[in-house]
Amino acid sequence: MAEYIKLIDVTKCTGCRGCQVACKQWNSLPAEKTGFTGSLQNPADLSFTTWCLIRFDELEKDGKLKWIMRHDACMHCDWPACVKACPSPGALTRTDEGAVIHNPKFCIGCKSCAVACPFGIPKYSKAQDKIAKCTLCYDRITDGKQPACVTACNTGALLFGRKEEMLEKAHKRAEQVGGLVYPGNPKYETHVLTILPAGIAPKDLSQMNPDPKMPATVLWWKNLFKPFTLIGIGGVAGASLLHYLIKGPHEAHEKKEGEE
Amino acid sequence: MTNHWNDIQHSDCILIMGSNAAENHPISFKWVNEARAKRGAKLIHVDPRFTRTSATADIYARLRSGTDIAFLGGMINYALQKNRIQRDYVREYSDAAYLVNPDFKGPADLNGLFSGLEGTKYDKATWTYQLDENGNPKKDPSMQDPNCVFQLLKKHYARYTPEKVCGLTGTDPQDFEAVCDTFTATCKPEKSGTIMYAMGTTQHTYGSQNVRAFSVLQILLGNIGVAGGGINALRGESNVQGSTDHAALFHILPGYLKVPTSAQPTLAQYNEENTPKSNDPMNVNWWGNTPKYMASLMKAWWRDADLETAYSYLPKPDKGKNYSYLPIFSEMAHGKVKGLMVWGMNPAVGAPSSRMIRRALSKLDWMVAVDLWETETSAFWQKEAGVDPETIKTEVFMLPAAASVEKEGSVSNSGRWGQWRYKAVDPPGHAEDDLWIMNQLVYRLKDLYKAEGGAFPDPVLNLTWNYGKVGPNGRNTPSPREVAKEINGYFVVDKDIEDKATGTITKFKAGDMVPSFAILQDDGSTCSGNWLYCNSVTNTEFKMMKRDSTDPTGLGSYHNWSWCWPVNRRIIYNRASVDLEGNPWAKDKPVIWWNAMKKLWAGDVVDGGGAPGAKYPFIMINHGHAQLFAAGMTDGPFPEHYEPLESQVKNTMSAEQVSPVIARWDKKVKEEVCDPFIVEGCAAATFGSPEGKEFPIVCSTYRVVEHWQTGQMTRWLPWLAELVPHQFVEMSEELAREKGIHNGDKVRITSIRNQEGIEAYAMVTKRFKPFTINGQTVHQVGMTWHFGYKGLVTGGNANDLTPFIGDANTMIPEYKAFLVNIARMGR
Repeated sequence: MAEYIKLIDVTKCTGCRGCQVACKQWNSLPAEKTGFTGSLQNPADLSFTTWCLIRFDELEKDGKLKWIMRHDACMHCDWPACVKACPSPGALTRTDEGAVIHNPKFCIGCKSCAVACPFGIPKYSKAQDKIAKCTLCYDRITDGKQPACVTACNTGALLFGRKEEMLEKAHKRAEQVGGLVYPGNPKYETHVLTILPAGIAPKDLSQMNPDPKMPATVLWWKNLFKPFTLIGIGGVAGASLLHYLIKGPHEAHEKKEGEE
Repeated sequence: MTNHWNDIQHSDCILIMGSNAAENHPISFKWVNEARAKRGAKLIHVDPRFTRTSATADIYARLRSGTDIAFLGGMINYALQKNRIQRDYVREYSDAAYLVNPDFKGPADLNGLFSGLEGTKYDKATWTYQLDENGNPKKDPSMQDPNCVFQLLKKHYARYTPEKVCGLTGTDPQDFEAVCDTFTATCKPEKSGTIMYAMGTTQHTYGSQNVRAFSVLQILLGNIGVAGGGINALRGESNVQGSTDHAALFHILPGYLKVPTSAQPTLAQYNEENTPKSNDPMNVNWWGNTPKYMASLMKAWWRDADLETAYSYLPKPDKGKNYSYLPIFSEMAHGKVKGLMVWGMNPAVGAPSSRMIRRALSKLDWMVAVDLWETETSAFWQKEAGVDPETIKTEVFMLPAAASVEKEGSVSNSGRWGQWRYKAVDPPGHAEDDLWIMNQLVYRLKDLYKAEGGAFPDPVLNLTWNYGKVGPNGRNTPSPREVAKEINGYFVVDKDIEDKATGTITKFKAGDMVPSFAILQDDGSTCSGNWLYCNSVTNTEFKMMKRDSTDPTGLGSYHNWSWCWPVNRRIIYNRASVDLEGNPWAKDKPVIWWNAMKKLWAGDVVDGGGAPGAKYPFIMINHGHAQLFAAGMTDGPFPEHYEPLESQVKNTMSAEQVSPVIARWDKKVKEEVCDPFIVEGCAAATFGSPEGKEFPIVCSTYRVVEHWQTGQMTRWLPWLAELVPHQFVEMSEELAREKGIHNGDKVRITSIRNQEGIEAYAMVTKRFKPFTINGQTVHQVGMTWHFGYKGLVTGGNANDLTPFIGDANTMIPEYKAFLVNIARMGR
């Protein structure tokens, strides 16, 4: 099975937000009742019903005004923290294609994934007691189609294809424009890459983690603590057995009248 | 567009001015990005506000709203001074070498005026070329004669020095220099530069002259007719090109034929006065065919009448009488219009000074609104409009209409491609397509005229109305394909036509489609609803339906995909893309080329025909050469800078503050007795007036990508309402500080026409900066005109503030530069 990458070329994005609407349309996500946010970014953040969002950042660099429009959605990590953190088997899965998908049927609404994600992607709905996020349009890409956002993009700011081809494209384009490929950390691979314009670093932009990694707490809990919890569970069972052998079956104390 | 959307990919430099293409024409950026990635093209954006277009540009230069001619005049001066012009192109293909009447005087001589001003109109007697004994313009090929167009142009723009220009526009001189240097580099024959523009260019009292300034610059640089060049009007609606081609405007008939005036009672006289003559064999003089087009049009409309009788049926306004948007609403405000059909239009939000417009609507006896939704216009009498319904006497009828995917028909895009569209789904409820509604209307009008007579029933009773299958009642179920056939035109009688060059005779039978407009006849034997579209339907092909994605020329012109007017020519004036021997100026992107062996043109459909050098390339222009000197304009043959009607800045270019020939309703209403709401709605905060001082801030209206026009197509859609849910006003941090406004505050914006003002949220941004204009600080703000009181999301209507004034040539309103004031309301 081939792995895929979605490429976000910020240098070509005009912030038309066709991707945002296409995402809602394909995934049948309802519109939110929004307010004035002080900028064109709207809704203000990703949510249970907004899985991708153009983030607008105005900044001045060397006396020149820059207005960066960045498509933000799930990065589809190669070794996803959300999957690692999730206690409910089948609720979050990393597929062979590289997509990280959620299954509401198994989601128990514990929010562990939302806490674990280095990009702040999974969003929780209290009403549904579930999380939701971008699926890389798993239902489309496994049918030979591109993700809805990529299909809607007309300026070439969003591309989708085989991992090797996209990696090559990303680095070539970054070189051409003198910018960075994000995350660009060989130890932290993702199935979404972002090309930033020359002179722009992740720290300059809102909601862009300059150093994404698997949170230590998730590793600590899952790799170190979880075995102990199993030991713990086993220990409780063992002690109960011992107690049974020594003391015999539990007898209900019958309450006698007058006794407290 | 002279070129097409996908031709932008061939450009070496893209100048976007008066347009926010990234937001309002998002698809264009596919090709802008293509040119940048593949050709290393530079993108320049010139705009008062840093927009989503500026964000991706290589060079951004800002200018104060309304100073485009100053800016472009400076660019023209730069090109002339530094000899950044394509000299051979200019000499051979433009009127630069023509000699002008020695009595002609321009603003350089007359302090801002051209010769011949009488009151508020120009007598153009001196705006003429010197003609030889054959009636052809006299030329000086050296372009040195002081009366030749080239020298007059040089003299005119010598006044547009960088200091003077930047003083008026507020542009950083370094940015201005960068724009001039980068764009005029396309003067090299092998390079091309394109200009993309939209309403930021046209919506001024001198909007037509803004476009003219583009023409002058592009002609000097040799950028017209070539791939990756041209002057490209980005149309704001999917079929606005089609609607102008088919005469949605009052002063033209289909195919840009002139509307006859009452001083032209006969067709013979109309033809005599509207058909240019030429004795120059190299001049194609296309408008010389006017009688053929007109006769064919008359036959399309009144098949059974002779040509003169048919012509007598045409309405003929008095010469100089204007029936465009503003005069119609002015007449309505005065109670002189009884009924109005509003068909897919929403003037209660879209018209200038729209508060006055809504009051004018209440003077109507009746209104028929044909639309997808109940718009602000059809609901102008409701409480949401801020009126008491009891006080409105107008009877309003609402006809629900089908949307674009619910009907069949053609759409002509900005690149002049007529593309057929098919019906995808049935319209909901009782909604019907426009053709069905029109068909019903015509039959019912015919019945009424038949039953009741009337002042002049003949034009309606005798109107040919035969589109589609005839039912048992003898009436048609209308078919858009039948309409398309008539638009193309067919023979109404059998006719033999001789090709004069070869002597061969072609026999046509009645009902045969006319294969091309060259075959249209002036004797009434052909009909054609629009000569420009002749060739779109033949006996064997419905070309607008063609969907062949092969690319025969390799230039991305896709000649077998849909059909393009005229005669499938994808780049107009393409004959200017080659030298006099037929060799393309740009070898790597040839539009046409001459095959000397076969003695044939290859590539696109060539303009004019004949061997290289045998015909002048600008076939639609009377003398065959591109016009640097355009006497057809009402306000001067060269573009000259004037200030917007409402401005706080003194015009330092001349003594004329505003264009001397614009229609001034603000003055007129002061002189006549009329309702106070008209006086208020037409008022203007003019330069130096006491009222003007109360409104110190320049305002411009515009659109965002998320909404469309008055919002009626988008504010009802939840996903789009979510993206931009409120009206907002963008302003600089400096102005916000002065006014004590914070980002996200509610503010009130007022103009002289609306002292109560409208509400909006403040969007305080670095993307607006105050201008320093000749030492004076000028603030500018901007807001969208998408909002009104109907829809899922509603908000303040920006046009309740805009001025009631139009361009001197076209009467397009000056939405892009007017004066307001702003105050904080709270959070």
